[in-house]
Amino acid sequence: MSNHERPAALYTRYTTGFLLSLIFTAIPFVTVVNGLVHGSLLYAILALCAIMQLIIQLVFFLHLGRGKDGRWNIFSFGSMTIIVVIVVFGSLWIMNNLHYNMMPGSEVDKYIQDEEAIERTESY
Amino acid sequence: MSHSKEADLQKTTFGFWVYILTDCVLFATLFAMYAVLRNNTFGSPSAAELFDLNFVLVETMLLLTSSFTAGLALIALRLRNKRLVLSWLSITGLLGLGFLGMELYEFQHLIHDGHGWQASAFLTAFFTLVGTHGLHITAGLLWLGIIMVQLARKGITDVTTKRLTLFGMFWHFLDIVWIFIFTIVYLLGAVS
Repeated sequence: MSNHERPAALYTRYTTGFLLSLIFTAIPFVTVVNGLVHGSLLYAILALCAIMQLIIQLVFFLHLGRGKDGRWNIFSFGSMTIIVVIVVFGSLWIMNNLHYNMMPGSEVDKYIQDEEAIERTESY
Repeated sequence: MSHSKEADLQKTTFGFWVYILTDCVLFATLFAMYAVLRNNTFGSPSAAELFDLNFVLVETMLLLTSSFTAGLALIALRLRNKRLVLSWLSITGLLGLGFLGMELYEFQHLIHDGHGWQASAFLTAFFTLVGTHGLHITAGLLWLGIIMVQLARKGITDVTTKRLTLFGMFWHFLDIVWIFIFTIVYLLGAVS
């Protein structure tokens, strides 16, 4: 938090942040409720809006990077981000692999054939 | 504020920032658990069938607005206007209470319909993730109440300024966590 900014400038910043966060809540909500897009484009829109929200909150509300010790805040935030990414994507990666390896016999054959695009023989 | 006191405030906010980052890691593990277990519904309805998006949108609006009003309270603090600070904080508290009430109503509704945390791995993960956030909100509201009493009694001092600054950071952080719950649990749940 910086202590030398004029209140008028702060009002503008908070209001801008608030309006932007409303917009980036409305976009994914309308997209999902009306079923405007599907598949990977939808996931991309949702991810992008969530990340935009995160950045808006950090910049406009938490004033990340401002003030004398701004760099330390950013460095510590960066290291936290790395840990979060490893925990979340690492878990998903490992658990998906386990899922792949622990399916019952005939099902796993079928799954692997589908997944690796192996032509199925008539034995099934 | 004198120079040494300002340096003190900066040290304290940095320490609190580090606490918030560790709390982020806690939420990351809960999000990871939810992402892994979200399809293990064990025959009970999936997220798409259970959740009402309009209801959740209202919850989101309440929390977003309360984050904004918490920011306005911090500006009023800088203007050293005690009455304005207290009014914005009251609005923040009421919006927070509204959010918490809606969340508890949703939980009660789910449990009443037989979709409690024991019903499936998906619901266990859901209640743990959203419940932990709700617990943070509850703690935040208690903290807010205490700060408001201190402000009313002692006025704007260095101590109340410090506490309110930290509370503001905490409240914005909870808003960020909720954005991800909104996106990952509710919006993604509705489409898949």
